[in-house]
Amino acid sequence: MAKVDIDTTAPKPSSNDLHWLLGSLTLVMAMHVSHLALWVSLLIAGFGGWRYLVDKKAWGLPKLVILIPITIAATIGIAVTYHGLFGRDASVALLALMLALKLMETYTRRDYIVVIFIAYFLTINTFLFSQTLPVGAFMLLPILALTSTLIGVHHYSHAYGWRFKTKLAGSIIAQALPIMIVFFILFPRMPGPLWSVPRDANSGMSGLSDSMEPGSINKLSLSGATAFRVEFQENPPAQKQLYWRGPVLSYYDGRTWRINRQTYIPETLETTGNPTNYTVTLEPHNRNWILMLDLPSSTPPDTQLSSDRQVLSKDPIRTRIRYSGSSYTSYKLADQLEDRQRKLLLQLPPKQNPKSRELAASWLESQDSPEKIVQNALSMFRNQPFIYTLSPPILGDNPVDDFIFNTKRGFCEHYASSFVFLMRAAGVPARVVTGYQGGELNPVNNYLIVRQSDAHAWAEVWLKDRGWVRVDPTAAVAPERIERNIAESVDDSEALSLMSRRDYPLLRKLYLNWDAANNGWNQWVLGYNQERQMQLLRYLTGDKLSWDDLVIALLVMAGIVLSVLCYFLLRGKRLKRDPIQNIYNDFLRKLAKSGLQRYDHEGPVDFSIRACRRLPQKSVQIEEITQAYTNLRYAKNFASIAAFKQLVNAF
Amino acid sequence: MRNVTDTIIAETSRIILGKEQQIKLALACILARGHLLIEDLPGMGKTTLSHTLAQVLGLKFSRVQFTSDLLPADILGISVYDRNTASFKFHPGPVFTNVLLADEINRATPKTQSSLLEVMEEGQVTLEGETRKLPQPFFVIATQNPTYHIGTFPLPESQLDRFLMRIQLGYPDAKSERALLQDNGGRNNVSKINPCIDANGLSGLQQAVRDIHISDALLDYLQALLDYTRTSGKFSAGLSPRAGLGLKQCAQAWALMHGRDFALPEDVQAILPGIAEHRLHPANRADAVADIGTHLLNAVAIP
Repeated sequence: MAKVDIDTTAPKPSSNDLHWLLGSLTLVMAMHVSHLALWVSLLIAGFGGWRYLVDKKAWGLPKLVILIPITIAATIGIAVTYHGLFGRDASVALLALMLALKLMETYTRRDYIVVIFIAYFLTINTFLFSQTLPVGAFMLLPILALTSTLIGVHHYSHAYGWRFKTKLAGSIIAQALPIMIVFFILFPRMPGPLWSVPRDANSGMSGLSDSMEPGSINKLSLSGATAFRVEFQENPPAQKQLYWRGPVLSYYDGRTWRINRQTYIPETLETTGNPTNYTVTLEPHNRNWILMLDLPSSTPPDTQLSSDRQVLSKDPIRTRIRYSGSSYTSYKLADQLEDRQRKLLLQLPPKQNPKSRELAASWLESQDSPEKIVQNALSMFRNQPFIYTLSPPILGDNPVDDFIFNTKRGFCEHYASSFVFLMRAAGVPARVVTGYQGGELNPVNNYLIVRQSDAHAWAEVWLKDRGWVRVDPTAAVAPERIERNIAESVDDSEALSLMSRRDYPLLRKLYLNWDAANNGWNQWVLGYNQERQMQLLRYLTGDKLSWDDLVIALLVMAGIVLSVLCYFLLRGKRLKRDPIQNIYNDFLRKLAKSGLQRYDHEGPVDFSIRACRRLPQKSVQIEEITQAYTNLRYAKNFASIAAFKQLVNAF
Repeated sequence: MRNVTDTIIAETSRIILGKEQQIKLALACILARGHLLIEDLPGMGKTTLSHTLAQVLGLKFSRVQFTSDLLPADILGISVYDRNTASFKFHPGPVFTNVLLADEINRATPKTQSSLLEVMEEGQVTLEGETRKLPQPFFVIATQNPTYHIGTFPLPESQLDRFLMRIQLGYPDAKSERALLQDNGGRNNVSKINPCIDANGLSGLQQAVRDIHISDALLDYLQALLDYTRTSGKFSAGLSPRAGLGLKQCAQAWALMHGRDFALPEDVQAILPGIAEHRLHPANRADAVADIGTHLLNAVAIP
């Protein structure tokens, strides 16, 4: 093992160094506090405070007899709190806690360096939890503090002030930036993540579920979180056509709608008109479907169409993904229905909601066509005092009856669910489709933001000769929900997420700009994958690059950046200094060509004597130039720079 | 003025043979109004050099042989009761002179050594509440044996810092040694040399030294040198601001002695070892550099 070259005779790090270290660690821990268990955070703070007092009151560090039991107890505590020692949360908590414990035996310079490097690693771990722009920006702070601490620990012969340390640390980080950018752009990217992120990394993601019961979408509507963002290649379709198809729910147990797991012959599709092409950046939601505009005509790679035209991915979406899609807004889906499929689509739990069944039966008795039945139901919603609200009353054992005949207050899932119930009761095949409706066009970069609050449920009915037809009963009750957005369709007094509201125009504008910045970050930094790398390089070079080319390009670029940096670091200051020095440097360069190099510590006269001895034939010129130089640089009289320059040029 | 300094050097070289460089350094130190410490083994000509310098410069000088029982009063003077006038009368000590030759200064006790402190710094003596000015110019030339010799009290750092320059003489080369043996130099001939200048002349030279131009570029170099001694971690303590001032003044003196009205980096380099070496101590033994002056010169680039 390589011996670490640390000056053992150097003094121990000072109290000032310790304060810097504790301060930096506070910043590092601040990045983790939101996902550490409370007792872990408190314990870490306790160790920090203890170490501070040890220094201040000269208590002496605790002995191993005390530390070992604490370490074991802390490890057990973490194992109990996080149900094991593995996985993201437990590992990071363990690392943070052990780092704090390490403080209790941090005394020598070497200990400090170890702690600082572990702290760097802990800082990077923040990215396992969040990779947003603010987190990335805030992370610079602990990095700066840690680097300053490291500088302080190394410069033991002189107590530098915080200004010097942070300035040096800042310039070190700034010097690293160009290299970082080159590596970011050119370092060959692997398809998919390098290592698999632990499973618990995906807990707490919100999104649609594979079932629907009264209140489930209602809950989502309160969240301002972004579900996905869409860039359209052409003009976006009208707001009322923006139905983003998600899970299709065909199975009803009397309360909950569920995905049908059986497969049928894929439904046929005839399309008319031009497709709408777009690119979606989907936030992770930990389910294995992706959202596409109704109705998708093709599927992105690694996905497949279910028989009811839902787009399923192979694996749950655990990272932000980007895919392009193509959809038709006018289409004819499913010419024919299979018998067992028709049976499923008419399936209802027996003996529930008698009043609704009666109503449906009355429509059937009057021998109305299916189209007429659909109209009957819609006009019922439209004409009777139904209200669209975020806070519907709780429904009893016969939820559809309760809703249609009593409360008449509901959210989209109430309307979709009762509508499909009525259709099935009247013998019209129908199903519930969940997804998102609408979205907000961000004028900053002209893309569509679709939030969790845009979650929606609607119905599809199958009509002979027309195939599946989308019917949105909510639109009958609250047309503005579909034509504009949710904030327009509910009372101002209703609890709606801040981001969906329209009350504060300035805030709104700020928010839209912020979302555009985030979108850029997601697209270009987080979403910079192998595909995008190849795309960019192809754009830059006009050619498809192989891995070999990429490695060569990386090395060349890194080399260029390093040489530029070296040039500025080694020569920049001197070149900038003053014109006399520049001219003299020219002279030195000319002499260097004859193999005569001035030492940095060699005075001009000494050098001239040496130079004359080496180049006697030029001694007159050399002496003249040296004379002019020393006169200009060291004497009081103001000699002419021009003459000096001439001499050097003539040399 | 170069003529004057050249003459002084030439005249002194008639006594101290083959040591022109050391003579020039000593003269530069005196022109920079500093005190000079000559350190070497016994019998190398330390006392002769100081003697000769005083003589050549045409100054009044007193010589005090420092011994372990020497008391401050022996140097500064003492008040004695005069029965005729019924009052105390001050009898000035040997310090009331232009040049004080403190021979073998490190044989005296620290008490006596430190009685020289005020004298060297302020050019005045305060005894029994009364302050008496010393004649101008005044400077101390001290000689000492290397500190590892028996019976020495090493000068404290505070006192060392008051000596602007420390020089070492070293053995003469063969030619000089032969001349010395032929009685063409050495102590016996000190009385034969003529003063080349007087006290007023010396003051004039000292004033001229102050007018030598130091450019900003050279100040950058001086500061780089000082900064290196303080921040490189090679030395237990860096050079003091007093040493920095002395560095500048000696460089000016060196420039004057070479007939220039401005100082060059080479001037600084010439006098730096004499000023730095007795003030700097390596920070740790393992890392000790054999030759502090050369190390310093090579380590710091000329800006």
